[in-house]
Amino acid sequence: MCSCNHEKSDLSLLDDVFKKYGNDSGNLITVLQKAQEIYGYLPIDVIYHIAANTNSTPAKVIGVATFYTQFRLKPVGKHLVMLCKGTACHVNGADGIEKAICEEFNIEDGGTTEDGLFSLKNVACLGCCSLSPVMMIDDVTYGSLTPEKAVEILHGLKKEAAE
Amino acid sequence: MRIVVGQGSCGLAAGASKVYEVLLNSKNENDSFSVEITGCIGMCYLEPIVDIYEGDELVKRLVRVSAADAKRIAEAVRKGELSMLADIEISREDEEFLALQTRIALRNCGLIDPDSIEAYEAKDGYKALGKVLKTMSPEAVIEEIKTAGLAGRGGAGFPTWFKWNAARASAGDKKYLICNADEGDPGAFMDRAVIESDPHNLIEGMLIGAYAIGASEAVVYVRAEYPLAIKRLEKAIEAAMSKGYLGNDIMGSGFSCTMRIKAGAGAFVCGEETALIESLEGKRGMPRLKPPFPAQKGYNDLPSNINNVETFANVAWIINNGGEAFSAMGTENSKGTKVFALTGKINRGGLVEVPMGKTLRHVIYDIGGGIRGGKEFKAVQMGGPSGGCIPASLLDTVIDYKCLSATGAIMGSGGMVVMDEDTCMVNMARFFLDFTTKESCGKCIHCRIGTKRMHEVLTRITEGEGREGDVELLVELCEGIKDGALCGLGQTAPNPVLTAIKYFREEFDAHINEKRCPAGECSALRRYYIDKEKCVGCSLCARNCPVDAISGVVKQPYVIDDDKCVKCGKCYSVCRFGAVKKA
Repeated sequence: MCSCNHEKSDLSLLDDVFKKYGNDSGNLITVLQKAQEIYGYLPIDVIYHIAANTNSTPAKVIGVATFYTQFRLKPVGKHLVMLCKGTACHVNGADGIEKAICEEFNIEDGGTTEDGLFSLKNVACLGCCSLSPVMMIDDVTYGSLTPEKAVEILHGLKKEAAE
Repeated sequence: MRIVVGQGSCGLAAGASKVYEVLLNSKNENDSFSVEITGCIGMCYLEPIVDIYEGDELVKRLVRVSAADAKRIAEAVRKGELSMLADIEISREDEEFLALQTRIALRNCGLIDPDSIEAYEAKDGYKALGKVLKTMSPEAVIEEIKTAGLAGRGGAGFPTWFKWNAARASAGDKKYLICNADEGDPGAFMDRAVIESDPHNLIEGMLIGAYAIGASEAVVYVRAEYPLAIKRLEKAIEAAMSKGYLGNDIMGSGFSCTMRIKAGAGAFVCGEETALIESLEGKRGMPRLKPPFPAQKGYNDLPSNINNVETFANVAWIINNGGEAFSAMGTENSKGTKVFALTGKINRGGLVEVPMGKTLRHVIYDIGGGIRGGKEFKAVQMGGPSGGCIPASLLDTVIDYKCLSATGAIMGSGGMVVMDEDTCMVNMARFFLDFTTKESCGKCIHCRIGTKRMHEVLTRITEGEGREGDVELLVELCEGIKDGALCGLGQTAPNPVLTAIKYFREEFDAHINEKRCPAGECSALRRYYIDKEKCVGCSLCARNCPVDAISGVVKQPYVIDDDKCVKCGKCYSVCRFGAVKKA
C-alpha cells in the first residue's frame, strides 16, 4: 500500500465489489465504475487498493482510469453539469451556453464552483440532438437551452440547495 | 382506451415524465382508461407526445403536451370528447414526417411498451428466433442474410453475412457475439432509440446471430452516457431469460446462449471493434493490429463477431419476411433501409428511416421540412468525425454507400446534421478536429500529433491569424494521417477537413486573406454594426451591452464603438427590429 498520499477512504466499502468482480481482470472497468459510485470519484488510496485486489498494478489501474472520460481523480461538486458539445449542439449554440454558465458561476470546464455545488464538464454527445443544445445534470436532461435558460436552471438548483 | 406517453430520452428531456405523472394522478378508480408508456417514435421535435388508443388502433396523436394539457387529456378521454384536444393534435404536415418513412429497424419504436415482453411478442416478437432454431441450419441463416444484402450499419458497410461466415468457420468451441452499442458519434442517436424503445428486437437479432456463428455468450457494449438504455435492456434481458428465450436450451432447441451488458466508460475510439474488445477485457481501449481479425482472435483471444445495434435490429424482420423482401429495397450496392438522426438547423428533427436510394433532398426537405427560420441550406454533415460536409450542389446525391463515399463524406452510422448560412465551415472543421484530438487514443504518432497540429492550424485560421499556405499544410497533414494511422478513427479523421476544403475553399481564403468570416460565426473576425434605417432608437441594445460600447439618443439610431466592442453578440440577440448586423 502506498503511503505517499494523504487520503484515507473507507476501503471496506469495496469488499462486496471484489467478491463479485475481483477475480477477473477483465472486470477492471466495472470495478472502477462501482468504486466511483461509492466514493464519488477515485481517490488515490482506492486505486492502490483496487490494484492489490484485482491482480493488477497501480500503473495499470491509473492507465485505465485516465483513459476513459467517465472516471474522475478529483472530487466533484454536489451537481455534475454535463454540457453537450456534440455536433448538433455546436451548430445550435452550445458555446454560448458554456460561456454564460462559466461567467455566471465563475467556473470552467472540468472545474468546480467555490461553494462545491456545481462541477462543469463538457461532453461529446448526450444523444438528445433534436433538443439541442442540451445539458444533463445528475441524470436529468434539459433540452432546447438558451444561455438565459441554462443559467436559470442552475440558479434554481442553487436555491433548492440553500433551502 | 389507452393513453400512451412517449418516454425515450428525448421525450423525458422535454418533460414526458411530468406529463405521465399528471395523467396517473388524474386517473381515478372509476376511470376505464389506462396510462402506459412507450419508447421514442422519432418525432423528437414534437415531444412530449401522447397517443390515445382504442385497443390497438391509434385514434389521436397529441404533441408538445404540457403538464397542464395532461389534465385536460384525462378529462377528455373520461368524457369521450376527444375533440376538446384539437389544439394539441398533430398537424397534417407533421404526420408526413412518419408517413414518408419505411420502418424496419424502428418498426416497433414508439408503438409498444419497451418494458413489456408480451407487447413485443404480440408484434411477432421472437417468432423469427423460433423459426431459426426449429427449422433452419446456421448456414441457412447466413445464406438468408446474404440474400438480404444486409451491410454493417455502424458506418463501414461491410457485408454482415461475410463476418458471420468467417466467425462460423473459425475453429473453436467457445465463441462470442458482441453488439457494438458504443454510439459515440456526436449527432447520432439511432442506437439509443432502438435500445430504449425496442430492446427485445435487439436481443432477438443478437440471438439469431449467435446461433448462426455458434456463439454461446453474447455481450452488449453500451456507452455509459445512456443510462436509460442500459436500464431498459437489463430489464429486457431478465424478461427474456424468464420466458426461456435466453439461457440454456432456448425454446427446447438445444441451443444455449447467455447475454450480458458491459457499460462503456466514455471513449469514442471504443466504437472501433478491436478497441472495443480491449475495453471489454478491462484495458485501455486502444485498437489492435489486424489481422488477426476478431473473427479469428477477438475477445479473450477467441473467435468473436461484432455488429452494430441497427444491424441486429434488421435481422428478425429479414428472417420473418425473407431476405428478398429486404433486398427489394434500395440500390444495386446498398440494400434495405437506413436510419438517420436528422438534427441541426432543421424544421423537423428526429429519427428518419428510409429505403436506400432516396436522395438527401428528400430526407431534408420532404421529411425534415427544410431549414429552420426560412434560411438558406448550406451543408449537411454525415458520418460525424469520420465523415464530411456535403454542399447544396450535391443535395440530389442518393443514399447509398458508394454514392455518399464519392462525395468525400460517408454513410456513417446515421448522424445527419444540417447547417444553414450562419454556420462557418472552417469552424466546423475545427470543431471536429477538436473532437478527434481529444479522442485519439495516442497509439499512432500521425493521429496523436497530426490531429493536434491540424487543430492548431484551424484554430489560428478562425482567430484571424491564418497564414498563406495553411490550406496546403492542412492537406499535407491530412494525407500523412490517412496513411499513418492504424484504425478507422485516425484514417478518417481528416475527412471533415478535406471535404470542407473541397467544397468551401473560398471560406478558408476569406478567413486567411481578408480576415473575414463569411458566415459571421468566428467571433474574432466578427464586426457588429447598427443599420441606421432599421434602428428605431429603443436603446435596448445599449442597456444590454456589457461594456457600454453602444451609445445614442432615444428615438434616434444608435452606434457601436468598434474599439470598445468585445463582440459578445448580446445586442444582436436582443434587437427586436433586426437593426444590429453582423459582418
